[in-house]
This record gives sequence, C-alpha cells and structure tokens, in this order.
Amino acid sequence: MSEKIVIIGAGQAGCQAVQSLRAEGFTGAITMVGDEAYPPYQRPPLSKAYLQGQLERPRLFLKPDAFYAEAGCDLLLNISATAIDRVARTVELSDGRKLAYDKLLLTTGGHVRKLRCPGAELPGIFYLKTIADVDALQAAFLPAARIAIVGAGYIGLEVAAVGAKRGLQVTVFEAMDRVMARAVSPVLSEFFAAEHVKAGVTLKLNTGVEGFEGEGKVERIRAGGRLYDCDLVLVGIGVLGNDELARAAGLNCSDGIVVDRNARTSDPVIYAAGDCTRHYGREGGELRLECVQNAIDQAKHAAMAMAGKPKDYSEVPWFWSDQYDLKLQIAGLARPTDTPVLRGNPASRKFSVFHLREGKVAAVEAVNAGQDYMIGRKLIAEGRAVEACRLADFSISIKNLL
Amino acid sequence: MKRAFKATFIEDNGVSHTIEIPEGWSLMEGAVKHLVPGIDADCGGACACATCQVYVDPHWAAKLPAKTDMEETMLDFAPTVQPNSRLSCQLRMTEALNGIVLRIPKEQH
Repeated sequence: MSEKIVIIGAGQAGCQAVQSLRAEGFTGAITMVGDEAYPPYQRPPLSKAYLQGQLERPRLFLKPDAFYAEAGCDLLLNISATAIDRVARTVELSDGRKLAYDKLLLTTGGHVRKLRCPGAELPGIFYLKTIADVDALQAAFLPAARIAIVGAGYIGLEVAAVGAKRGLQVTVFEAMDRVMARAVSPVLSEFFAAEHVKAGVTLKLNTGVEGFEGEGKVERIRAGGRLYDCDLVLVGIGVLGNDELARAAGLNCSDGIVVDRNARTSDPVIYAAGDCTRHYGREGGELRLECVQNAIDQAKHAAMAMAGKPKDYSEVPWFWSDQYDLKLQIAGLARPTDTPVLRGNPASRKFSVFHLREGKVAAVEAVNAGQDYMIGRKLIAEGRAVEACRLADFSISIKNLL
Repeated sequence: MKRAFKATFIEDNGVSHTIEIPEGWSLMEGAVKHLVPGIDADCGGACACATCQVYVDPHWAAKLPAKTDMEETMLDFAPTVQPNSRLSCQLRMTEALNGIVLRIPKEQH
C-alpha cells in the first residue's frame, strides 16, 4: 500500500514541501489542509505591493491550481486540523473528517500577537497577516485618513510607507527606543526612522500603547499617557508560532514546535517546517524564524527526510523589506556582541553594515546595496575571515573580498 | 481583459514551453503560473534571491530594458551566469517582447 503524507498548513512551507516531496521521488498520496480560503500564497507582498494595489490577488498565489492536480496533491481549503491522534496516526479536521497518515508535516505558520489593552476589540483596529486582513484594511486605508500604527517592525513600517505614499496621515507608536529593534542594528534603525520622518510619518518612540477609545469604532488611541485622534489602527507587534495542535498532541513545543536538523519533531513520523518551528540555528542555539527563506529551506529538508534522504539543515537565513524606494536585504543573524562595520555612507542611501564575530562575517544588512548583500551571504556561508578595515574601505571593490 | 503575449522558455534538456503572459506581469510570474520547470523564484519576485535566472536569446536581448544595479549585482553571484543572463522577475511582458525566447539554466542554486 502506498504511503500517505498529510500536510497541515497551506502556506509557503507547505507548498514547497509538496514540490520537494515529488522532486525527491515520493510517489505516495499527499493531502494538504489549509484554514484559509486560498491556496498557498506569498505573504511578503501583502504589506507592500498588494496593499499598494500594484499586485492583483491572483498574482499572489505561489502556484496555479494545476500544480496541485499535477502533483497529485489533494488540497483541502477552508478547513482546519483540530486534533492529531498519534497512536491511530490520524488527523481530525474541522469538517469532521479524519485523515490517516503515515507521515505528517506541520507547516502551520504563525498568528499575530494581539493587543490586550482596553478598547482593543473596537472596530477599526486591524492586524495584517492574511489576504483577508489586507482586504479588510484596504477599505479604511484611504487618503487623508489618520492611521495609528502600533509597532515599528517590518509590518508597521511597510504599511507606514505605503500609507504615506497614499496620502494618509501616519503616526507610528513604538514601545522600544528605536524602530525595527528586533530585526536590525541601531545604524539601520536610525536611518529608516529618518526616512519615515522625511516622508511625513510621525514616529513616537518609547511610547507604549495603553488603550483605545471610540463610539462604535476606534476614534482615539491612548499612548504614552496621551490621547491621539485616529480613524483607523494597524497593529503589528509580532507573530507567535502556531504550535497549539502539536502541543495538544504532546509534541515537544517551546514557542514553536521543536524540531531537529532534519525538521523532525519529537514524534519520529511527524515533521514540521517554517514559521511554526523552533529549530537549531547554524551557529547553535534554538530559534524560531519568520521568513520565506526558512519556510522554503526547512520545507525542502523536511521533504528530503520524509523521502528517506535526510540532510542537515544549516542554511544562512535571509530577509528583505521594501520601504519607499529602499530595499533592505539582510543575511545572517547579528548579535549585539558582534562588531558592526559600516560600508558606505547612509546619507547616500546606499550602504551596508557587516557584523563580525571572531573576525568572520556573521551577518550583513544592506540598503540598496545588493552586491554587499550577496557577497555577505557568501562570506557567511563560507565562514570566511575578513578584515574590518577592508570591509569599511569603499575604495576596495566588495568583490575583491571574496 | 488584459492583453497577453507569448514567451518561450527552453529547459536545459531542450524541452520547450510556449506560454502566454499578461502584459505587465514579470516573465518569472508567467513561468511560475504555467509550471515551467527550473524557474524557482524563491522570493516571489522581490529581486532578493536570484533563482529565476534565464538566458536571453541575442535577438531579444537588445529589446529588454537595461539591468538595474540591483539586478546586476544579484546576477554577479548567481551560479552559471552568462553575459546574456537576466533575472526573469525583473522583466515585464510588453508587446515588444511578444515571442521572446528564454533558456533556463541547469541550476538556480
């Protein structure tokens, strides 16, 4: 009898797994279950080109419907998995069905962290994670509207950039003392903050949100002890891994489903990939990443392992963000203890920051500097030692550092 | 309904795929939507991954817009780059490109 693989979660990782399972020669049955109305789609453009109206919905889909048919993947949408029975090896679905599996892959992604302050349930307060979220936001995302954005992370700042372009009055509230504090180093925080201010965005740093007020809908936001009028609110304060299903099934979880380097969970026939996992980083230590790179690469590794060809996962993570005409590209994960080396001048709007750890490049953050980014990625992967003075010397072509 | 124009993608093994791509879409998007093998496009068109490389037949290369700095630098470090390499996510379908022929490298990673 042919083997059955069930994939829970129809996002970037799930989609990649279908493709990679077939590429690795898996010939059994594949069923993928997704709780949204849409087949797997790209999330990164949601807060960028899709919100801006530059990318129509069909262009978000990762694959055409024919892909799933050709791959022999039964795609069940608008259905969630409600329980895993690890003894019977079945998954219970929200429509009452039970799916038997020989191997199970969890690509359940994440969900937005919600605000829990007074007034947080008022209409007019939006989050951004799905197509449906953006479609709902779009109706209120109108020129001249006063939008209060809570959180100056990627989502908050990308929405701020689109909003400023569209003519909204944008105010961003951030509890920390700099923007994108979790994602980038202080030089970049300062640079991006200045760019947003230049575009007309009001930035309120060190300003935690205390609550919302309004009659029937949100009309005011209370932050840093003051009240600000607003017409709508967008909250972007992070994402939590969807590990509830795995946790309920007794799998080892810790803000994410814990997996080994082969994307295997604490149950040998259950694998997990993407935003929902807590995995070993290439430099040791456990981490949970929210990015396309990890969704794709970890799904590939899960597929390899499920097809009986395991290979250790140790890819260099990479990320990007588009704000205004600025392309931010990051490879590797910098630590506060690394030595930052600035290459180029932020005033030219094209520069990068390399992060050295024990003389080797551990991370690179590049703004409109694709070459630095690509070379940085290579240097990180190869663990190459580079002298800080050569990195900082703009007269030396970055290519000569390879 | 948007106008659409033809593009032909030829795999490394010689298999050819002629598809229609709506005006304004990137050639990469067209290839992905038509399941042309070998266009990985990991980043979905953000010019962040260099996994949608194509070789453009010389006759067509001259009709393409010049590479941006970003495309140029991403290509510098893609595998199996040739002088006629382009990133198909950065090429928009227009009437002038109707019938364009593109070859797909053996490896994108």
